[in-house]
Amino acid sequence: MILRKELHDPNQKLTDKHPLDLTTYNVNRHLDRKNREIATLPVNPTTNQAKPLLSAANLTCIREERLLFDQLNIEINAGDIVQVEGPNGSGKTSLLRILAGLSQPFEGDVFFNNHAINTCKEEFHQDLLYLGHLPGVKGEMSAQENLSFNLALHGANDKEVNTEAILAEVNLTGFEDSLASHLSAGQHRRISLARLYQSKARIWILDEPFTAIDKQGVQALEQLFKVHIAQGGCVILTTHQDLLTFAPQQVKKITLDYVFE
Amino acid sequence: MWKWLHPYANPEVSYHFTGKLIPWLSALTALFLSIGITWALAFAPADYQQGDSFRIFYLHVPAASLSMGIYVGMAIAAFTSMVWQFKLADASAAAMAPVGATFTAIALITGAAWGKPMWGTWWIWDARLTSELILLFLYLGVIALHNAFEDKNLAGKAAGILTLVGVINIPIIKYSVEWWNTLHQGSTVSKLGKPSMSIDMLWPFLFCFLGFALLVATIICIRFRSEILARNSIRPWVRALVAEHLLQEKNNAV
Amino acid sequence: MPSANLSYRAVFALVLKRDLTIALRHKDDIINPLLFFVIVVTLFPLGIGPEAQTLSRIAPGIIWVAALLATLLSLDRLFKSDHNDGSLEQMLLSPQPIFILVLAKIVAHWLITGLPLILVAPLLAVLLHLNEQSYGALMLTLLLGTPILSLLGAIGVALTVGIKKGGVLLSLLVLPLYIPVLIFATSAIDTAALGLPYSGQLAIIAALFFGSLTLAPFAVGAALKVSTN
Repeated sequence: MILRKELHDPNQKLTDKHPLDLTTYNVNRHLDRKNREIATLPVNPTTNQAKPLLSAANLTCIREERLLFDQLNIEINAGDIVQVEGPNGSGKTSLLRILAGLSQPFEGDVFFNNHAINTCKEEFHQDLLYLGHLPGVKGEMSAQENLSFNLALHGANDKEVNTEAILAEVNLTGFEDSLASHLSAGQHRRISLARLYQSKARIWILDEPFTAIDKQGVQALEQLFKVHIAQGGCVILTTHQDLLTFAPQQVKKITLDYVFE
Repeated sequence: MWKWLHPYANPEVSYHFTGKLIPWLSALTALFLSIGITWALAFAPADYQQGDSFRIFYLHVPAASLSMGIYVGMAIAAFTSMVWQFKLADASAAAMAPVGATFTAIALITGAAWGKPMWGTWWIWDARLTSELILLFLYLGVIALHNAFEDKNLAGKAAGILTLVGVINIPIIKYSVEWWNTLHQGSTVSKLGKPSMSIDMLWPFLFCFLGFALLVATIICIRFRSEILARNSIRPWVRALVAEHLLQEKNNAV
Repeated sequence: MPSANLSYRAVFALVLKRDLTIALRHKDDIINPLLFFVIVVTLFPLGIGPEAQTLSRIAPGIIWVAALLATLLSLDRLFKSDHNDGSLEQMLLSPQPIFILVLAKIVAHWLITGLPLILVAPLLAVLLHLNEQSYGALMLTLLLGTPILSLLGAIGVALTVGIKKGGVLLSLLVLPLYIPVLIFATSAIDTAALGLPYSGQLAIIAALFFGSLTLAPFAVGAALKVSTN
């Protein structure tokens, strides 16, 4: 944890010290605020040759007058699996929501294929699968109805989709026609995760996907992630437990920590 | 043109700029208001029908037209903020809303007070008073929505959307209320009836009007500055200002 | 590239069907505002007195004000539960245009709450001794006017859906916007009672309807983005 002493001293610049404990290789930041203001164009912040699938420049997020992260630069390429770490309230969910375009950062921009996401919304949304804390499952509809609505809304072709098979993948065989209100929280989560099995989106942003999922389910999901990144996708997720079947060097980490004022 | 405006989009620059503006604005306000009010109350002729009670007009009419004007100002600010992602515009809209609501309330109260000697009753469903009342509701809605959000930026955006919806509706509401009023002619008394104002009434009126407009501008500037501070409390320059202020207070105490 | 080439009509039908399905499985949402509408209207004769002449004079106003309040009461269901369970975020993140999604939800809301009001209204008109010549005007104004209530109301809900105690705030935001509809609708009914043509008022309500139909979904979309932030 880093104590932000400089914020007690108003004469010092906000960004004089490294505000975050960033251990990842591809998260860097401009040290000089002036530099940042000159570099107004959304150029690729690092010198990586490959075109990053999803990148962010100078992200600053403030919630309830608390600085969650400051001047964060992120680059995520096809084939990356990125784990966002940090204690509760450190801004993991905020970061994911900003990357998905649901929240606006206080400063900075998010880029999809080097285009700001608000300029290419439709393409970005076609290539994005975001699952937040809330499962997005309606209690008044059955598991199958929920899944097929979610898939259709995100552009899946009705005829290609076998919802029963997908529900079987997430261990919901026999529950296809049960109203979701009769199912458990873990089963709701499974209904929403079932979309992953049919998704053609390359960018997966998953907020705590393993919550309320049993051990086998976690392993199945990790397997799914492996296939996904091997096919040129990327996964950005938050989780409290480490990914078990991935080698530590395979997983890139963004570590957020409290910024004390 | 936008290049010229660009430095003012910086909160720090506009904070200091409005700070320099305020003394001038308040001096002009004092000048115009003191001349206007003295002239209006003491020297302007009394109305041949309404006597001295007519003098409330010098407050009522400026308040009523400013209340509309401020709403339009808010809508322009909201539009700018939405189209050009111009955060300071939200701050200015937030600064305007309570001032506008206050002037709407003043227009209503003075209207009612004027109605008492004229119509013998405090309230009449006169078209202008009614639309002023609805305008007050619209203002209160914007303010309430603003207060309902914790995050100032979100509050500004939400209130901006509501303001724009409101500004589209104001002419419709105004027209419908006027139409409704002529339909139920029974109780209406045309208040001003397009009086041809004599010159010795017009001049004090113009002074009063300008004076109140300047007063509004001054108050909005002051509120705008505090809105900027509240929204940028995390910035070093705001912290520096606060530290300076605290230091001064300490020195004064010693 | 993934194909998201659902036609607008397919997206519209998809969302409409979903919302109607949910409402039909959760019938309280349809019945409660309707009961509210009936009860509010029956309170007026009790408060004012049963003289047929007085009642028929104020019947248009009572029915319309009660319709406004009943719509207001039902507005919450438009986005609240979707916001609470996360479906709203998913809709906003889908590749489909927000305009269509929002419009489908508003149409569903009108079918669930506006249409039943129209069906019950003649019954209440009988209770209030509405002038016999006014029935046509009552039905026509409700038919054209209640969609406006749903459209404008949607803006209010979209703005307040993220706020914990948004209920009272919602009425403050929405009711002033309903005033023009109220004025022209009741006036059309009054005019009809005199046996005069009321097509002018109807034309204005129709104009208000088309205006809000084209503009409100954009405002709702923008407001939802703020609310889910």
